[in-house]
Amino acid sequence: MSLGKEIIDDRGERNPCPDEAALIDRICKGERELFYDLVRPYQRSIYLVAYSIVQNEADAEDVAQEAILKSLKHIDTFRGESSFSTWLVSITVNTARMRIRKEHKRLFEPLDGDRDDEKGEYVPRDFSDWREIPSDALEREEVRAVLAKALASLPQQYREVIVLRDVHELSIAETAKALGIREGAVKTRLLRARLRMRDLIAPVASSWTPSRNWFKKGRRPWS
Amino acid sequence: MVLNCRDVWKEISNYLDQEVEPALRRELEAHFAQCRHCTAVLDGTHNVIVLMADERAFSVPIGFNERLEERLRQEIEGR
Repeated sequence: MSLGKEIIDDRGERNPCPDEAALIDRICKGERELFYDLVRPYQRSIYLVAYSIVQNEADAEDVAQEAILKSLKHIDTFRGESSFSTWLVSITVNTARMRIRKEHKRLFEPLDGDRDDEKGEYVPRDFSDWREIPSDALEREEVRAVLAKALASLPQQYREVIVLRDVHELSIAETAKALGIREGAVKTRLLRARLRMRDLIAPVASSWTPSRNWFKKGRRPWS
Repeated sequence: MVLNCRDVWKEISNYLDQEVEPALRRELEAHFAQCRHCTAVLDGTHNVIVLMADERAFSVPIGFNERLEERLRQEIEGR
């Protein structure tokens, strides 16, 4: 997802570009209808951040709406120390977590055994070759379903990190700030989330690709 | 230092995020060149990142944007 309105500084954090800062300034001075333009690029990813925590569509939509309305209500407290995007994600994460606590759901969600102990190592379970993603793979419902099921199976703290980092495309520093955790914890959780997603998807991914289209041996998909 | 597979797995995510020092990067790439299992883990982990970032991967419910903009309209015009 493009967050092209922003400038990335040398700490890996996005700062509002002059256009976005000017837009926020005008909203604060009373041109509130401009808030649509400010928030529109982030609507989808804010919903997905909310969904990654509350895990159902109705609650995720409520949380996303509530978070975006809160950001409008408190826009005059935004100081530009982080990007608007990171600030909005923080509000969404907090709103979603409060929703879970309020409903007493998953409050003490356990990690999935020793493999998810952040002090231990994650050992990949599967070594299937998965070189290629066919360009039309995500047009297919069954592929999207595999991805959604794999993501849903992760413990909450891993879902939060992988969605902020790989869907919302926040930096490591921004993800740490939005979640209120250390950068080292972001990296650890991200590693486990990505490896576990791969373990779940790789064994079935070979069925997505006709054998004649496999990449030549030794070539990487991104090279 | 010669990396073993466990050392490599711990760094795969950082490697893909370009968060490793050049010396470690060279060690990792030397290992990938001769280890089929770690190359499979690397390729698959990269593919997870590509899939997660694709806008087709996850969608919002039908009417989500319209309902959100209606809530915003009520808030903005209601004042």
